[in-house]
Amino acid sequence: MNSLLIRGGHLVDPAQNIDEPRDILIVDGRVAEVGAPGKLQSADKVVNALGLIVAPGLIDLHVHLREPGQTHKETIATGTAAAAAGGFTSVCAMPNTKPVNDSPAITRWMQDPERGAVVNVFPIAAATAGSAGEKLSDFAALCRAGAVAVSDDGKPILDDALMHEALATAARLGIPVIQHAEDTRLTASAPMHLGVTSFRLGLRGQPAEAEWKIVERDIRLAEMAGAQLHVAHISTREGLALVREAKQRGLKVSAEACPHYFLFTDENCADYDTRYKMNPPLRTAADRDALLHGLVDGTLDIIASDHAPHAKFEKFVEFDRAAFGITGLEIVVGATLTHLHRARKVPLKRIIELLSTNPARIVHLEGRGTLAPGAHADVTVLDPKKRWIYDLSKTLSKSRNAPYGGMEFYGKVMKTIVAGNIVFEA
Amino acid sequence: MNGKPRSLLGIEPLTSRQIIDFLSAARKMDPKRPRTTLRGRRIALLFYENSTRTRVSFEVAAKSLGASTVVMHASSSSIEKGESLKDTGLTLQSIVDAIVVRHPNSGAPTLLSRILDIPIVNAGDGMHEHPSQALLDAFTILEHKKTLKGLKIVTVGDIYHSRVARSDAHLFTKLGAHVTFCGPEVLLPEEATQLAPGIRIVRDMDEALTGADVVMMLRVQQERLSGLQINLDEYIRRYQLNPRRVKLAKKNALVMHPGPMIRGMEMTDEVADGPQSVVLEQVLNGVKVRMAILASILGGRR
Repeated sequence: MNSLLIRGGHLVDPAQNIDEPRDILIVDGRVAEVGAPGKLQSADKVVNALGLIVAPGLIDLHVHLREPGQTHKETIATGTAAAAAGGFTSVCAMPNTKPVNDSPAITRWMQDPERGAVVNVFPIAAATAGSAGEKLSDFAALCRAGAVAVSDDGKPILDDALMHEALATAARLGIPVIQHAEDTRLTASAPMHLGVTSFRLGLRGQPAEAEWKIVERDIRLAEMAGAQLHVAHISTREGLALVREAKQRGLKVSAEACPHYFLFTDENCADYDTRYKMNPPLRTAADRDALLHGLVDGTLDIIASDHAPHAKFEKFVEFDRAAFGITGLEIVVGATLTHLHRARKVPLKRIIELLSTNPARIVHLEGRGTLAPGAHADVTVLDPKKRWIYDLSKTLSKSRNAPYGGMEFYGKVMKTIVAGNIVFEA
Repeated sequence: MNGKPRSLLGIEPLTSRQIIDFLSAARKMDPKRPRTTLRGRRIALLFYENSTRTRVSFEVAAKSLGASTVVMHASSSSIEKGESLKDTGLTLQSIVDAIVVRHPNSGAPTLLSRILDIPIVNAGDGMHEHPSQALLDAFTILEHKKTLKGLKIVTVGDIYHSRVARSDAHLFTKLGAHVTFCGPEVLLPEEATQLAPGIRIVRDMDEALTGADVVMMLRVQQERLSGLQINLDEYIRRYQLNPRRVKLAKKNALVMHPGPMIRGMEMTDEVADGPQSVVLEQVLNGVKVRMAILASILGGRR
């Protein structure tokens, strides 16, 4: 028997509706008991969480671990090490690897202990063969192999009939379809948002409607199919409004925010700074403010990193030619606590919903996203006020394509515990 | 920002003082009276895009100042083999004193200037800027008008794809001119008014030209249209500069074109060869202005 007691902390577990001091006893990788401070028996090992927040392990629904095939950018081992440093105990790995994860074999391979993952890895499998958007992959077989959702992330499922078929098939299996909402017919060779800044820089722009028109269509198709739709990395206020309206109608639609969309705008691309080149592109200040509002009012269900590592030679080139994407696993907690909790007084309960409760609910991770007795002992210990400065040169990711270096945050990950084992300590 | 710019990446970052300094320096330049200002200096002309007049103009300018030039085309050398802009730049840096670069991607000169320690001159990048062209346009106008201040300058045509339109608009507004853009929606989005202070959009060409001091005609860049549909007959009907339309502008209005001009498209033969056209003066002035740019950026720098 292997036991761990987390003592003296303040537990925030929205699933149990707990927001008060609690000790937690972990035995053999599961939560054994949750009790009032000082009331639980001691254990082999004790973590002192006095003055800290204890939360169910954070879950990042959107990461690119780049393995198999692009290990010069990231590996499952390095990506999950960065995840642990960022307070995540589970990550969902997008399928745009090389080859694309559209098979049970690759799905299993990614979860093999040989990969050296530091936190739980839940693959999201490709919705179509090779993510080519032509024919569905075998959802049932992929689910049996451990996939928790399907997506062609990086690309949309553009064809109406195919998207409907994907939603209907996923609905029968009880998994969500995660859509990268981009009408690629409107975004060809456009490296940023279409607006004043793109005009000034002489860069082609992606119009906002390229996103929201797909969101609009997907909601309609999800309703027809009675399916669960998750809108990845939403970036436009129009897209957000459509999600809000769909939720009011009781549809099974969820939406995801990423820190860069509520921290930055297209003006950050001025001077052709490719660290701010991502897809969807950074939008306007009005979009950024709408997203912040959506995080406060509950329209947005989760915050994910969309951690997208790239090597320097892929980013330090002409803006048109630079790869899309930004790393972010290590700053999600800092950015969220700084800009939502500290600046906008969003309660910690809501923060933990965004980072743990809701992601677990969306991809149906049994026994995660909560610390109820019997749950997996995945725990994140946070200091919600601690000031720190992100040192990009010390990142555990293999890549450094982020503009966060030197940025100041309030709120820090102190410990990350996976299945009762401490995998990261500040 | 004061003093001489280290590189010339665009007009937007320049102060009006720096612009005036370039124009004053250009007035003293004459390719027929070569100088030795840049004797012993080497200038690379790095052209990732085809260009005749700009490359020749920079080459003559450099040689008229005593510098030697090395021309590199994208179709030649290691560039074609897939060498990155960064590596090409680093390689050139060890053997030349400055790089004049023309590139199809907006921002490429900015990237080079971030990597290299030698001055970079933007000879046109994508749809972004073409600063030497804007300076020669201003120089040409000032040979006919006392000042740019208060002039009504109308730019007509494919503004969206035009680096000349962007550089001109920055320069003309910085020196106090009133800029009007005229063109169809697909080639002139509403965002264009935010490029610089006071820019107006007038869609109807007759209305736009009324009272103009300068008419700048732009080429429809068919090679950059990438899927945009425009009807050329309709375009000619609405946006071609013909003798009737020239009369709507002021009597002594100048007719300009940055070239290459497609006769019968942007303007009729009568207008292109007419008394108000300064198109050929623009070409000669291009050499003077580029001499001033190279002398200012490289002169006295060792």
